[in-house]
Amino acid sequence: MRIPVKAVGAATALLLSTPAFAGWEPTKPVEIVVAAGAGGASDQMARMMQAAIQKNNLMKQPMVVSLKGGASGAEALMYMKSSEGDPNKVLIAYSLIYMLPLSAKIPFNWRELTPVSVVALDQFVLWDNSAGPKTVKEFVAAAKAASAPFKMGGTGSKREDHVLTVFLEQKTGAKFSYLPYKSGGEAATQLVGNHTQANVNNPSENLEVWRAGQVRPLCVFDKERISYTSKVTDTQSWADIPTCKEEGVDVQYLMLRAMFLPGKVTPEQQAFYVDLFHKVTQTAEYKEYMEKQALKPIFLTGKDMVQFLEEDDALNKSLMTQAGFVAK
Amino acid sequence: MEAFGLLLHGFAVLLTWKTLVLMMVGLVLGIFVGVLPGLGGPNGVAILLPLTFTMDPTSAIVMLSCIYWGALFGGAITSILFNIPGEAWSVATTFDGYPMAQQGRAAEALTAAFTSSFIGSLVAVLLITFLAPMISSFALKFGPPEFFAVYLLTFCSFVGLGREAKHKTVISMSLGLLLAGIGMDTVSGNLRMTFGSPELLRGVNFLVAVIGLFGISEILLTMEERLALRGHAAGISLRVVLGVWRDLPKYWVTLLRSSFIGCWLGITPGGAIAASFMGYNLAKRFAKEPESFGKGRIEGVFAPETAAHASGTSALLPMLALGIPGSGTAAILLGGLMVWGLNPGPLLFVEHKDFVWGLIASMYLGNVVGLVLVLTTVPIFASILRVPFAAVAPMIVVSCAIGAYAIQNAIFDIWLMLGFGVVGYVFKKIGIPLAPFTLALVLGNRAEDAFRLSMIGSGGTLKVFWSNGLVGSITTLAILLLFWPVIDSLLARVGLTHGTRATSR
Repeated sequence: MRIPVKAVGAATALLLSTPAFAGWEPTKPVEIVVAAGAGGASDQMARMMQAAIQKNNLMKQPMVVSLKGGASGAEALMYMKSSEGDPNKVLIAYSLIYMLPLSAKIPFNWRELTPVSVVALDQFVLWDNSAGPKTVKEFVAAAKAASAPFKMGGTGSKREDHVLTVFLEQKTGAKFSYLPYKSGGEAATQLVGNHTQANVNNPSENLEVWRAGQVRPLCVFDKERISYTSKVTDTQSWADIPTCKEEGVDVQYLMLRAMFLPGKVTPEQQAFYVDLFHKVTQTAEYKEYMEKQALKPIFLTGKDMVQFLEEDDALNKSLMTQAGFVAK
Repeated sequence: MEAFGLLLHGFAVLLTWKTLVLMMVGLVLGIFVGVLPGLGGPNGVAILLPLTFTMDPTSAIVMLSCIYWGALFGGAITSILFNIPGEAWSVATTFDGYPMAQQGRAAEALTAAFTSSFIGSLVAVLLITFLAPMISSFALKFGPPEFFAVYLLTFCSFVGLGREAKHKTVISMSLGLLLAGIGMDTVSGNLRMTFGSPELLRGVNFLVAVIGLFGISEILLTMEERLALRGHAAGISLRVVLGVWRDLPKYWVTLLRSSFIGCWLGITPGGAIAASFMGYNLAKRFAKEPESFGKGRIEGVFAPETAAHASGTSALLPMLALGIPGSGTAAILLGGLMVWGLNPGPLLFVEHKDFVWGLIASMYLGNVVGLVLVLTTVPIFASILRVPFAAVAPMIVVSCAIGAYAIQNAIFDIWLMLGFGVVGYVFKKIGIPLAPFTLALVLGNRAEDAFRLSMIGSGGTLKVFWSNGLVGSITTLAILLLFWPVIDSLLARVGLTHGTRATSR
């Protein structure tokens, strides 16, 4: 339990330093920019934050959710880039900040934005239809033996899900036909309807169909199991899902969920949001949400965050290059 | 019956003063939102969503869904009075609704629109009540080939059954498909036709195009012709309303057919728009004198409105049962559900009975109250037509611009809207139909994605479109409809039909 201890430390530090940046606060409604469509994981998180801030009176101005999911989220990135100096917009980012500039040559670099905080890490799980193979071994064997294309559903092309699929192929020797859908929700229902054989959705995207017994989690792409032990289905909790490494397929990937302001804002403005989102992570709404969606808690800001981003960027870049998804 | 008992329970949850007041507030707000072109249901619900965070889930969903019903009712008003569709699925309503308003039958058209909305929703709610478990398993049967087949059916019914010259329909549709390709391509993950411009990244928004093509171009035409809105506000009275209702039984086939199409397409995501067009086209095909469509026929209002609202309502079913939103508004409601701590999915019906059945009961009550509300306010809306054009036109243009801007908060979209206004004006002048263009713009991307996913999944063989009974029959029907004029005249020639239609030409 290393991370929570760190978070408590950060909390004390923040509480002590509060008066120092009481100077600035938003004077008009704050826009929380979502780089995905309605109902997706980012949208859900943004609405949770909106509700947490409103219910706990964390900010005087209201917060509005602004969906900019056009062009697979590139719209939101360009919007943030062009809002330089505007402290009333905050982006809820995920790994697209590294991947889109590489795969689609979007003229964007996250270093041009102002980092606020990393608020969560999202897991990926390998799922198949509950009528399909029961273990990773059987699953790989079935994929190898299949005569028709073995279909893997996912969100978007040349993104997290696609990268994971390529690495699964490399580590297991099985071949998959990757079907890019517009959202994780769509990938989930297509798996339930048996139109695909598997997907690598985030826990939140498959949660409900898992509880209904329509899909089966095979393994989680992390070096350790998910920590939540309360039962999700009648028999299983998140912690009961083995890691892929345990099952003999050594593929790991975690996705950040982080807040950014546009470039060229003042340190006072940045400090206001660091404090705001720190308070958000202390609310009951946030904690409940993290457990329900099986997200990994984390709170990084300042130098720690930049270091994390640099390492994460390098990792994503190498994965994208190995998968052959970097545009020439 | 179990469903009946649960429904009564739902009404018990609903019938409190607080809930009823919220319902009225929601409906009034919704109608207002629906009347403003471009603002529409999704934006209205999104703006008002935060109001509900502190309410209990049942009150919150009742209020939000009433905003939705109100917007559905309200969307018809601008389509009929100004030829500006407030929502994507109101486009087909303008075909006959606007001519009716021009002939001074605005009140009649509005009454027809509201009544058929009510009927469509009612049929869909009945369906949701009694068939919920069955329907959600039907929706699961839809994979990429099935989706493509449905889109193909919509396109083909347009070419085969449309009134306009076939080549003009195809030209218009191709231009729409071309513009639909702008932006990010989901399947390859690459950008297309953006020419390095960040404004083009998000593609051409369908509503922006519709507001320009229909609204702005209409203003241009009116300015050119006589600087006056055509048509006179009819004195709406109970007599007009009862008159429309008295004639209702005559159109039972149209109403039933449209309700069926609506429900069917509503539970397959993205179907509401396709439903309204298909409802309209089929009503025209089976009418005794199809030529009179587009010139102010009341059936031309009944058919698309019934279909659109049957599908708008039934779109909530896959949202609740599967977590797939069938429409833009349903997607926002989905976000709302999550905030209130409810997870849409197969278990929602089991774990949150109060919520689900309260919502279903509110669909019945909301629609009845909504119908009474809009009918009593028809005179107010119809009287807009009496205001001089010089005063109304700037207001329409401003509200169009606000609508276009509000969709994505982009100034560029206002320019795009004006551009489409000019395109619409030129199209109307040279007789190219606008509807196929808008249809292709909204369904083009989805049809393309569905086709390419089918190809990846099948290893590149077209046989996948006949791989099971469901997809096979839809595809075959689509191809039959595409060549319908040819088939129809062939049948007439060999004397298999009475051939009145073919010989009368």
